[in-house]
Amino acid sequence: MPTAIEFFKFLPKTNCGECGHPTCLAFAMQLANQKVSIDACPYVDPSAKGKLEESSAPPVRGFNVGVGEKTVRMGDETVLYRHERKFVNPTAFAVTVTDTMTAEEISATVAHYSSMVFERVGMEFRLDMFTLRDGTGDPDSYVKAVKCLSENTDWPIILLSDDPEVIRPAAELIKERRPLIYSADRSNVEQMASMAAALGLPLALRDDTLDGMASLVEDAKKAGVEDLILDLGSASMKQVLENNTAARKVSLRRTFKGLGYPLMNCVGSGERAVMRAMLSVMKYGSLVIFESIEAQQALPLMTLRQNIYTDPQVPIQVKEDLYPISDPDTASPVLFTTNFSLTYFTVRADIEKSRQPVWLQVVDTEGLSVLTAYAAGKFGPEHVSAALEASGALQKSDGPIVTPGMVAKLSGKLEEALGRKVLVGPMESGSLPKFLKGLKG
Amino acid sequence: MAKVPMPKEKWSGAVGSMALGDGSVSLGGVKGMPFLSFEDPQKHRPLLAGEVVDDISDFPSIVLKQFGTSAEDPVSWAMEWKSKGADLICLRLLSTDPERNDTAPEKAAEIAKKVADSTGLPLIVYGSGIAEKDAAVMEAVGKALEGHRSILAYVEEDSYKRMASTAVAHKHAVLAFSNLDINLAKQMNILLSDFGVDRGDIVMDPLMAPLGMGLEYSYSVNERIMLAALSGDRMLQVPMVCDASQAWQVRDCSEEDDALGDAAERAAWWEFATALAALLSGADVLIVRGAKAMDLIQEAVNDMGGHA
Repeated sequence: MPTAIEFFKFLPKTNCGECGHPTCLAFAMQLANQKVSIDACPYVDPSAKGKLEESSAPPVRGFNVGVGEKTVRMGDETVLYRHERKFVNPTAFAVTVTDTMTAEEISATVAHYSSMVFERVGMEFRLDMFTLRDGTGDPDSYVKAVKCLSENTDWPIILLSDDPEVIRPAAELIKERRPLIYSADRSNVEQMASMAAALGLPLALRDDTLDGMASLVEDAKKAGVEDLILDLGSASMKQVLENNTAARKVSLRRTFKGLGYPLMNCVGSGERAVMRAMLSVMKYGSLVIFESIEAQQALPLMTLRQNIYTDPQVPIQVKEDLYPISDPDTASPVLFTTNFSLTYFTVRADIEKSRQPVWLQVVDTEGLSVLTAYAAGKFGPEHVSAALEASGALQKSDGPIVTPGMVAKLSGKLEEALGRKVLVGPMESGSLPKFLKGLKG
Repeated sequence: MAKVPMPKEKWSGAVGSMALGDGSVSLGGVKGMPFLSFEDPQKHRPLLAGEVVDDISDFPSIVLKQFGTSAEDPVSWAMEWKSKGADLICLRLLSTDPERNDTAPEKAAEIAKKVADSTGLPLIVYGSGIAEKDAAVMEAVGKALEGHRSILAYVEEDSYKRMASTAVAHKHAVLAFSNLDINLAKQMNILLSDFGVDRGDIVMDPLMAPLGMGLEYSYSVNERIMLAALSGDRMLQVPMVCDASQAWQVRDCSEEDDALGDAAERAAWWEFATALAALLSGADVLIVRGAKAMDLIQEAVNDMGGHA
């Protein structure tokens, strides 16, 4: 990314204000922060504009696969480590059908994976795409299968074959759906790339070496394809880790330009596939293609993706609500805590450990933890009593209200506001099991 | 043909190395980000510690089933881990908890000694998490294990002196715990150094939050610690211990629910994901609970090129 001074050099320095900024320097600073577009200046030299656009091009190209609501966005990544800013577009997971399956088998497989949906912390986890693998080498059979698949799902589709003549009719048939073509390698890159270019579709390239991949990229670009995704091999976890890391690193550091594209891994099925997929999620994979996956593997994998792609600057929050734990009744105590997810998870786990029935009220503190929220004035008696009233906690239980020990100061005012007995809980969530067992006795 | 330059970093620092047991087990010494052979050509293999507890009353039944009757006795449990290829035994003396059996320090030390003598493996020894009792327990354990260098776990910012003194007196390493905070992790190492613990006798636990319960915080804190250590921050150049067994704290790790798939398999992957995140972000020692998870983790370590 050019600096403000580099941008400034290309501006007219007239401070005309037509861009909406008082001075050219102020505009240059906004440009460097990626807040505005260079197009806002009517006087910038077109040749300079080209140069600036090239040097401010994102280090990892972004593009869409699929259309509509289920579109998958890939690329646009800017950092090597998530704490530097964040990872942007979460790894997409694809599962596979083949043209050796009957129409019934294809629709049953699609139905099976489409219903593999998990709810976790108020979020919905699911798979993202279907791959159609060429199992016959017959274009007619393949196009029949793609017709069946596309009628059964609105998820983006990946067309998998190394034979351009098998892919072509199918790609033409569903090109409006913007499928991804997988894949071109050294042996077929000319045909694959010219087809992808003619149909305006994204293309996956496959080569196990960085040098070989760089030359494939050059060939594909020459043929007119810009939306590329790179498969640098998944033969071992070492290959996934080292190739993905090296390709991403040279692109972000701009020490080599030709590999600035999203990365992917085609992992097969079984235990080794899940291991490689988990690695790909953490190490720069935008797409993982499975042959198949089981629910007990998919849930941890999707949880990992959700964790890793969390914005480190925005704490994950739990919805403000009353959460019943271990079947509470009208006599069970009502505990409350903040909506910072880590706090919630910890408190919840400790309550579960006690095996005592409890109502847990989560109060919206904008993702702040107990002490921080209290200090910031977002966890006062008025917030807590409002949350308890909104959730109906006071009707659902006559049990004692319990304040976290760290904000024991709340108890007096809260007792006044609610007209109910308020107890002070332990300072540390870890002491909750003992505390709750004590309450019972 | 295009020639892609390998992005090899010129790190100025490295994680310190340390020997355990009779001196034949070594850990640390990493000179690049984890498992990148183009940064650090020596094959770094993190150590895998199998968890053993001396009181199984609250222990997950899925794990107990995996170990059968050997889980009834810490020594046979530890031997089972040894036959599965564990490098260390993580022994938790839960029964010393005053709320449980309140096992006396000397009695607890006997258990530790037996486990060490039978397996020959170095130990990471935890008490029950009650600081005062743990310090007394570790005094006895540290003495009993003298000559068999182990890791005494754990010390915190507000209570470290007694356990640290024990470690120094009996030539063990001590585990410095900090709560998801790179500055606190560093502060702990400084505190211990100032107290007279050699930097080569400190390992740190920056708290590995499990999958689905804040894993991403730990992943990033660990990465920042690694980057700082490799960039030359001497006070962060101590080996890192990550506890993957915490994955079992998460409800959907092992809860029985048909919609979530087989519970035992899911738990193995839950612990594996936690472990892999720890390994990729800098763990030198990994504490593992499940037998199935251990198999998966060993395969992954080998597959990432970490085998000797």
